[in-house]
Amino acid sequence: MSEYKTDNMRLNEFENALLAMDKMAIKHLLMNNNDAVSPMQQIEKMIVPVLERIGNGWEAGKVSLSQVYMSGRLCEEAVDAILPREAPSRVSTPPMAIAVLEDYHLLGMRIVYSVLRASGFNLQNYGRCDIDEMVSFIKRDGIKVMMVSVLMLPSAIQVSELTHKLKAAGCKTRVIVGGAPFRFDDMLWQEVGADAMGYSAADAVGLIHRFAKENQA
Amino acid sequence: MTIQAMTSAERLSTAMSFQEPDRVPFLLPTVMHGARELGVSVQEYFSNPEYVAEGQIRLWKKFQHDALIGFMYGAVEVEAWGGEVIYRGDGPPNSGNPFIKQPVDIHHLQVPSIKDTPCLQKVLKLISLLNERSEGKVPVMGSVISPFSLPVMQLGFDHYLDLIYDHRDLFEKLISLNEDFCVEWANAQLEAGAGAIGYADPVSSPTIIPRELYEETGFLIATRVIARIKGAVATSFASGRCQEILDDVQKTGTVGISVSIHDDLAEVKKKCYGKLTVMGNLNAIEMRRWTPETAEMKVKEAIAKAGIGGGFVLTDNHGEIPWQVHDEVLLAIAAAVEEWGQYPLKWVNNYD
Repeated sequence: MSEYKTDNMRLNEFENALLAMDKMAIKHLLMNNNDAVSPMQQIEKMIVPVLERIGNGWEAGKVSLSQVYMSGRLCEEAVDAILPREAPSRVSTPPMAIAVLEDYHLLGMRIVYSVLRASGFNLQNYGRCDIDEMVSFIKRDGIKVMMVSVLMLPSAIQVSELTHKLKAAGCKTRVIVGGAPFRFDDMLWQEVGADAMGYSAADAVGLIHRFAKENQA
Repeated sequence: MTIQAMTSAERLSTAMSFQEPDRVPFLLPTVMHGARELGVSVQEYFSNPEYVAEGQIRLWKKFQHDALIGFMYGAVEVEAWGGEVIYRGDGPPNSGNPFIKQPVDIHHLQVPSIKDTPCLQKVLKLISLLNERSEGKVPVMGSVISPFSLPVMQLGFDHYLDLIYDHRDLFEKLISLNEDFCVEWANAQLEAGAGAIGYADPVSSPTIIPRELYEETGFLIATRVIARIKGAVATSFASGRCQEILDDVQKTGTVGISVSIHDDLAEVKKKCYGKLTVMGNLNAIEMRRWTPETAEMKVKEAIAKAGIGGGFVLTDNHGEIPWQVHDEVLLAIAAAVEEWGQYPLKWVNNYD
């Protein structure tokens, strides 16, 4: 019966299993896919669109942050099982990294990191750092897309110091910001000189693809 | 007939009884701004309850709002448990690295004794000073973090969510300890002179957890805790949405609810009228970019949506005005309440 299911039915089932945190159903749905499909194709066809739906659901107020977090975590675990952390097929270009600026609240960064890893990306996780540390890591690793997560308003305002220092250092790194202050003031990301803002973790996937294309051009 | 101006205590009490006082009561939680008034750093300011009391009184005289804030910083509670507090010059002191490193550490936790914890004693001194100086005319608001939300600082948010979903036995153990602490801390503030307690419970918001999970966790915890607090409690979700759980929140025993900018203020007011006083919902993050004209427009909008019939307190949607918001805007908010908040709100019928 399962082979007659439409793609959309499969996506609905997978989304429901993630929101219900039904580990057995998640495993079954991922294992039950066509064997001829590569891990990367499975990620692109099933995991990325469902995580995007869940992220959009959070933006629309229909899904809670804990569900976004757990969905990302469960998908990350599932993907690590089918696609090893250092697998060459993971997307590593442009070189990208994520960090929390100053704050000690790491949930937002953890969610975006999980969603990106579950979507087949390979990225650096710098954890919590201050501006000078972040600039030095970016220079050291040749990072082209830097995702910065913040919780507190003063940290969000400090992103302008980061973007200035990157420019002064001649880095052409794109800075994507996310976190509560940016959600409550939708002009703040431009004010601090960021290149984009992600309302949810799912936005990060699209933004990285956008900057990857620019990087290739 | 000229209506005699009410004291702040009378104004709040009337509004919370779902009647119209002389004007809409309002509260500006300018928790840090007193440091600027006194010309001291944020860290120095919070080191001495005399400074904070003086700062709060000066701000009250300046803005003429209707409550005094008997609160210093949220991280004081985690400091009481032995956690680290990080100070910065341009924002509230924040909790540092979580002190519960792994879930099994919960077995060894001990509830701090209020009387033996200097950082909590500072807050009690502040409440007592504010109560003394306002001579009972302006209520002093105390504050606790809910037992369900405190673990965000105790463990870190991601590890706390893991605990809720993966280690329910340890979750229950931690909550039990936190409940005892929360009740004792709230009652100590009431004894020190707080007129009511703000119950900050952001994790219970549907922004953070689904309603089904709230009903088996945050809701039951709030119901148990509020029943043991010997005074009025108002619930804040600290910018989180509340609209989907209004029916549940009404059953917790709380008398007020804070409303997010992501909620429909008019709809929340309609559903809560006669049951809960609605508090909100100016956007304090955006406020740093407001002009006085924007401030006036936002105040009018909120009053038009929720002011009629009482049961409404105008305030921000988070419970703390950022350091970056200037007096010019706060004075404009106060002036707009004075101009547009006088009952009866006849202008609202023609408000577009």
